[in-house]
Amino acid sequence: MRKVIMGNHALSYGAMLSRVQVIAAYPITPQTQVVELLSEMCADKVLDAQFIKVESEHSAMAACLGASLAGARTFTATSAQGLALMHELLHWASGGRLPVVLGNINRAMAPGWSIWSDQNDSLSQRDTGWVQFYCGSNQEVLDSVIQAFKVAEKLHIPAMIILDAFSLSHTYEVVEVPEQEKVDEYLPPFQPKFRLTPDDPHAFGGLTSPDHYLELRYKLQKDMEKAPALIEETGQEFQELFGRKLGLVDPYQCDDAEIILVTSGTAGYTACVAVDHFRQQGLKVGNLRIRTFRPFPFEIVRDILSQAKKVAVVDRNISYGHHGIFYQEIKSALYGHSPVPVFGYITGLGGRDITLDTFRQIIEETQKNDAPSERISWIGVKK
Amino acid sequence: MKADKEIKKKRMRLSLPPEEYMHSGHLACQGCGATLAMRYALKALGPRTALSIPACCWSVIDGPFPYSSLSIPIFHCAFETAAVSAAGLKAGLEMVGDKETTVVAWAGDGGTFDIGIQALSGVAERNDNIIYVCYDNEAYMNTGIQRSSATPYGAWTTTTPVKHYKNRPKKDIDAIMAAHRIPYLATANISYPEDLYRKVRKAKDIKGTRFIHIYTPCPTGWKTRPEDTIKLGKLAVQTCIFPLYEVEDGSTWKINIKPRDKKPVKDYLRLQGRFRHLNEEAISFIQEEVDKKWARLLKYEEVSPL
Repeated sequence: MRKVIMGNHALSYGAMLSRVQVIAAYPITPQTQVVELLSEMCADKVLDAQFIKVESEHSAMAACLGASLAGARTFTATSAQGLALMHELLHWASGGRLPVVLGNINRAMAPGWSIWSDQNDSLSQRDTGWVQFYCGSNQEVLDSVIQAFKVAEKLHIPAMIILDAFSLSHTYEVVEVPEQEKVDEYLPPFQPKFRLTPDDPHAFGGLTSPDHYLELRYKLQKDMEKAPALIEETGQEFQELFGRKLGLVDPYQCDDAEIILVTSGTAGYTACVAVDHFRQQGLKVGNLRIRTFRPFPFEIVRDILSQAKKVAVVDRNISYGHHGIFYQEIKSALYGHSPVPVFGYITGLGGRDITLDTFRQIIEETQKNDAPSERISWIGVKK
Repeated sequence: MKADKEIKKKRMRLSLPPEEYMHSGHLACQGCGATLAMRYALKALGPRTALSIPACCWSVIDGPFPYSSLSIPIFHCAFETAAVSAAGLKAGLEMVGDKETTVVAWAGDGGTFDIGIQALSGVAERNDNIIYVCYDNEAYMNTGIQRSSATPYGAWTTTTPVKHYKNRPKKDIDAIMAAHRIPYLATANISYPEDLYRKVRKAKDIKGTRFIHIYTPCPTGWKTRPEDTIKLGKLAVQTCIFPLYEVEDGSTWKINIKPRDKKPVKDYLRLQGRFRHLNEEAISFIQEEVDKKWARLLKYEEVSPL
């Protein structure tokens, strides 16, 4: 069924179709509609789930972990400060091998208070052991929730669906809402490899000596390394059933491109418009939208970017004292594999619009210089 | 036949079930009250029980991975999340078809009075269907005896040294929990195992958030003799320092033991190294405060139901 829905409701429908069993959430702008709709679905029994209306995001994640350990399919959603408050328990989820799925609406961190989009909230959680999907459309948001459960539950690793504040969360788009039966076919009920039950009592997460800890983390990384292939495989399966592709990355006009933009989120679609615009003027530009940030899709990123003459990474985030975070990741992926020069641009922090003009400046600067400067190139800063 | 009957007559009647769900090999100190609390509570809770245990002595006592001294499952959860981890666990178990298991959050005083109070308050306000047990040894004992808001007035800890002993009263967590109007709240004490057993058993059959606050001496942190643990528990009740009572629906107070001859707090304090520095003036202040609190409790009972 086709519906015109906002990005936040795409998360709710994704959770509903995935037949989540326990939801625990706390309100934060711009996430609220996700849980408003889910609480209605639970109240109306459209969705057979328990909704725990907790008193903080920290408790939201704690409740999800308890429910997940019991073997229930579990979902929550948050944003910015809320995600930061969950930080301790994000580690708990991956360390405890609990496949919770979380929707995060990218919102800039305070102070000053901002409700608008940038990626520093979710990228600050880069090293917590979660799979991270950055979405570019409401359709992709809905589809990603379903795929995320499949990937997370197979690997016993939690997954985060990430979307831009307002330019996706509150923007209405046409979305194909798949039929429940087909989703059930794609995503069977959660069958955990272990769960807490008095029928087979175990202690989970107890004191772990140096004799064991290293091996537990080794196994987590080994399973994380299986994720890229699994995301491709489940994305393929998704395409066969629903006709839409869900890959690690989303390349656009990259095959013959001299300059390839690297983008994520909704900026990834604005970039495609910029690509068309410059191609009409005879400049061969392409765009590589990174959908899966963790695990980082090294191979495919290398394959695509090494064909280009120049790479321009657009970051709506910053690691203070270093550079844009995608920029660092792309450079590290290419190091020792390709000599292609990588230009890094920071723009759009705190919800400043990333427009066609932003990309025009980025492309022109990349075209003009032979090698990237040591310093960060900021786009749109009022000086 | 006749001989058999005589033997039966002479046999002592057990006041607690003989079944054990806690076993040898645990890592508690000698004379630990928290271990007794667990052993008695599990006798009342039975095998279809699941625990959430945050950072506290019990996260160590149970034993390191891959061992456990309990024959029921445990979710070792984050420090500040005992209550809500239990609530999530309960919801999850119900959603996978297990409606029967009793889920218990089992936390120390730091995890209850201090860092866990937000999540506990949230669970109590929602009346989530769990039992919350706080075993109270009146300081952060697992980290090496630092003061918590459960530490009583006058006590030495490593962060309230003798020259600056704790100069604020113990937080009244039971009043806070009663104010949430939860269906059941009880104080209990390891020196009164039958009373403790009865209260946990009663809590088990009630729906909603149930809170049990257990007094558990800590020889290591209190600087007491391990063999005095039971004696201290008795004295805590006989001096009215830690009265035994129940509160139903936040409105009906019932005191379980009213000492006929209230003992002076001095008898209790002098057995403990943590109070050794207190002069007569400080001791009389503590006596006055205990008397006031006891008088208030008697009034609560008198005017119940509120």
